[in-house]
Order: sequence, then C-alpha cells, then structure tokens
Amino acid sequence: MPRPAQILLLAVLLALAAFPLVGEKFYIQFVTKVMIMALFAMSLDLLVGYAGLVSLGHALPFGLAAYALMLMTPEYQAPGFWLSIAASMSVAAIASLVVGLLVLRTSGIYFIMVTLAFGQMAYYYVHDSKHLGGSDGKYIYVRPALEMFGWKPFDLENPAHFYYVVLALMVFVYTTIRILLASPFGRVVVAIRENEHRLRMLGYATFRYKLVCFILAGMLAGLAGWLAAAHDGLVNPEMLSWHQSGQLLMMVILGGMGTPAGPILGAAALKALELVFQGWTKHWQLLLGLFIVASVLFMPRGLAQVLEWKRRSAPTR
Amino acid sequence: METALRTDALKKMFGGLAAVNGVSLECRVGSVHAVIGPNGAGKTTLINLLSGDLAPSAGRIEILGRQVSGLPPHRIAQLGVGRSYQRTNIFMGFSAFENCRLAAQSRLPSSMRFIRSASSYREINQAAEGALEVCGLETRRDVAAAALSHGERRQLEVAMTLATSPKVLLFDEPLAGMGAEEAERMVELLRKLGAAHAMLLVEHDMDAVFAIAATLTVMVDGRVLASGTPAQIRANAQVQEAYLGAADD
Repeated sequence: MPRPAQILLLAVLLALAAFPLVGEKFYIQFVTKVMIMALFAMSLDLLVGYAGLVSLGHALPFGLAAYALMLMTPEYQAPGFWLSIAASMSVAAIASLVVGLLVLRTSGIYFIMVTLAFGQMAYYYVHDSKHLGGSDGKYIYVRPALEMFGWKPFDLENPAHFYYVVLALMVFVYTTIRILLASPFGRVVVAIRENEHRLRMLGYATFRYKLVCFILAGMLAGLAGWLAAAHDGLVNPEMLSWHQSGQLLMMVILGGMGTPAGPILGAAALKALELVFQGWTKHWQLLLGLFIVASVLFMPRGLAQVLEWKRRSAPTR
Repeated sequence: METALRTDALKKMFGGLAAVNGVSLECRVGSVHAVIGPNGAGKTTLINLLSGDLAPSAGRIEILGRQVSGLPPHRIAQLGVGRSYQRTNIFMGFSAFENCRLAAQSRLPSSMRFIRSASSYREINQAAEGALEVCGLETRRDVAAAALSHGERRQLEVAMTLATSPKVLLFDEPLAGMGAEEAERMVELLRKLGAAHAMLLVEHDMDAVFAIAATLTVMVDGRVLASGTPAQIRANAQVQEAYLGAADD
C-alpha cells in the first residue's frame, strides 16, 4: 500500500474511534450499521474481487446466521457472546459448504444464476415458515452478553459499546483478509481469477481452493449477519432476499472490486447517500441510481481508485 | 536410459473423427522425442492427452511408471509433468516472477496455508528465481506478463514449467511466432533441458527439430507414419512424400 493511503487509513481509524465521544446516538447507530455492512461487503469482495466468483446469493449465509442468533436467544435471557457468534458462523459455514459444493461446479453467468437461486430458496423458506416469524420476522429481545469470571468488558445494550465491538471486528476482518491474501492460499485464490485453467495445469486442485474461499467468505458474512441481528434486535426475511445480495454487490463494485479499502468505501458511500437523499426527496432511489451510473462511468475501478497514488503501470524496460 | 513416458495404442475420438489413432511411443530421460506432422495430424491432441487436458478414448498412458490415462490434469502435473502451451497461457496480470513463484508453489504438499506470507518461503522463491535465470528472464523479473514481448512470454511459459521441477516436459510448439534470434536462444535452452529431462516436443520448425531431437515420430491423420532417428526419418520415402517434401509453411 502506498504511504499516503496508510496515513489516511490511520486517520480514518482514529476518527472512527473518536466518533462515539462526540456523535449523537442516532449517528452512532448509523455508523455502526455502516461498519456492519462494510464487514459484510469485505466478505463478498473476497469472492467477487479476488477469486473472481460473482455471487448474487451472499445474503444467504448472512441471513441464516442472523436467524441462528434469533433461534438461540431465550426470551428473557442473553445468549453467550462467543457461543452465539461461533454458532452463527458455523451455520453460515455449513450452508456455504453445501451450497458451494453445488454452485462451484458452474462459472460465469451460471454461477450468478445458481447462487441467486439458492439465496431465493432460503428466502422463501424463511418467508413461509410460521415458526420463524414468516414475512414479519421476529424480535430478539435481549442482546448477547459477554461475561468472564463476573467481569463484563462491554454491554451491547449500550450503543457506544456496540459501536466499538463492531469497529474492532471490522478491523480484525480487514486484517485477516490482508493476511489471507498474502498467504499461499490467497495467491492461489487470486490466480483462479486470472487463469484457472493454467493453475490446474500447474497441479492445483482449484475446486478445493474455491470451496474453502467460498466457506470463509460465508463465515465472515455470517459474522456480519450475527452483528446485524444483534444490533437491530430483529430478524426478517429481507435479510435473505436478493435485494440484500444485490445491494451488497453494488457496494463492492462502487467501492472498487479487489481492493482492500473498496468495500468499506462502497458501504459508507451507499449508506451515507441513502441517508442524505432520503432527507431531500421520497424519490431518493432515483438520485442514488444516477449516482451509481455516474460513478461507474467515471470511476470504473471504483472509489478506491481515488486512493491509488501508486504508479499503475510497471516500467517496461 | 529409463523410459519416463510410454503410450500404448492411444486413441482419441471427436465424434466420428479419430484425432489420435493408435499412437504408441516412448520417451526416455536425457533424450528429446520430437513429434512432427502436418497441421491437423493430431500432435496437440496427443499432448493434451498426455497432460490430462483431454481423456483418451482408448489406449494406455504410463508416466514415470504410473498408469495415468483418465487422471485429472492437476494429478498428472503433481507426478512431475510440466507442459507448455502452443498459445501462450500465463497469468497476464502477474509479474514474471509471480508467474514462476506460483508454479513453484504448486510443489508444496498443499497450498492450504493461510497465515504465513507466501513471499517468505525461501525455497519457492529460489526455484522461481532459478527458472527465470535459466530462461534468461532475470532482468524482466518484476515486469507484468502482459507487458512482455511475445518471445519473452514464450520464455516465461517455459520458465513456469521448469519452476515446478518436472521430470517429464511436454512442449507444444515452443518456437511458434518467435524471431530468429529468440528462436536460436530457445533451441539452445531446449537442448540443455533435454539432457536432464524426458522431453516430448511438438514443433514445426524442422531445423530446430533435427538439431534437438534424438528420436522423431511423424504423425499424419492421427496415425504414426514413421518413427526413428533423424537420419532414418530424413531418408524415409513415405515421410518425404507425405510431409517433408510438401512442407514449406
């Protein structure tokens, strides 16, 4: 990463850390939601931007993990923090394994279609299931709580505390993805996007790498789903719908596919503009659409393009 | 000299067309076996069968003592078979070094390693640097493959194959589209590699083939027309009629 970007990253991080000290409750919760979406978008970028697998069903692990938290939460009692995270992420991992085994046999447009199909199957199942709350969804009355030997490091019922937990997890996921991409596994994943056939001829069983990548991305989406459900205190089928997957894909493309900061920028830009335009007019979606068209035209590599001070082309001689 | 590669009555049908029809040949360590023949003779199909890109319709392939017909390409590659492509097949977006590094990394028992940085594996880096050096690309190490000249891309293709430390080399027209000077260097390289590996070479450039190969197999319409030393092939009347006499492309 170029140095100016490193400084900017640090500045953004400090600003984010300081924000709850000065921000109103509404905005603290708003930024918390943005960071949850950013985390979710980072997980999708692992598939779309790095492995070259354009999924239109990434809401599936997200939504299932959210529902898993709802099912785990007793009516008047807080579920355990780590236990419920682990359970939600496991549900997302198992779902991704099953779906991945089937969809990764396809590629290109067919991959988009089958991921969409699996997402919609889960959506309709949840939508039509009475015990899951049907189309209205269900409330989660008590947020997960962490208690270690009688000590409570934070209280998720407090918006500022929740904010810092999300910030910490977002930084953790960002770092994890950076480390992952630099590892032998990560190099193989990026090479799959470049030229999968050549990779197989070098002796790599590419299917396995795609499957593991799909599961990892699903688990991180599950973490985002757990956070979203715990934050909003409710789950509903819309969390699983293709609108959710589509909006997420838009964030990744808008921010810049295959760039570390892109998904964060995309999520922030889309959510912030949504808020601003909603304040202006009830036809806010029209404005948002125009913005997306314009940004794709003028910044084909996404908002992250603006951050690239680095010389793009390598010297030829 | 040990036999590293052997095919027995190998056959590949595309619908009703026998692209490769009963080909039996042998390739030994330390000698180059060249396959020549007019366009459409089935040479590239033969290489695709050997590398696992295509599954044979009938016949046997034995590589390094193992029956491999029907195995997927990555399994064959793991046995120690490296191939290059007629049309350059590299990772265009990566640097020359990263292309070779990925090739060398494929020799790890598994690349399911998630934490340690890939660039900190010393042996892999050395194998990649070594392959670049053998192919004369060490000064182009950090150039994106897409920015290399055609000849350099062909060299990179060979370097990637070498970075996997293969025992058997399958080269599909490594000289295709090269300038005279580049071709000369490549011939020199192939000769060097042939001394240490078992190499099957498909090539159109007759001067190069006769300069490098110890054994020649002539294919026409999927069949073996003749097989022997360069001198025997040159003297073969059938071959002259079918191929050498008519070949001026």
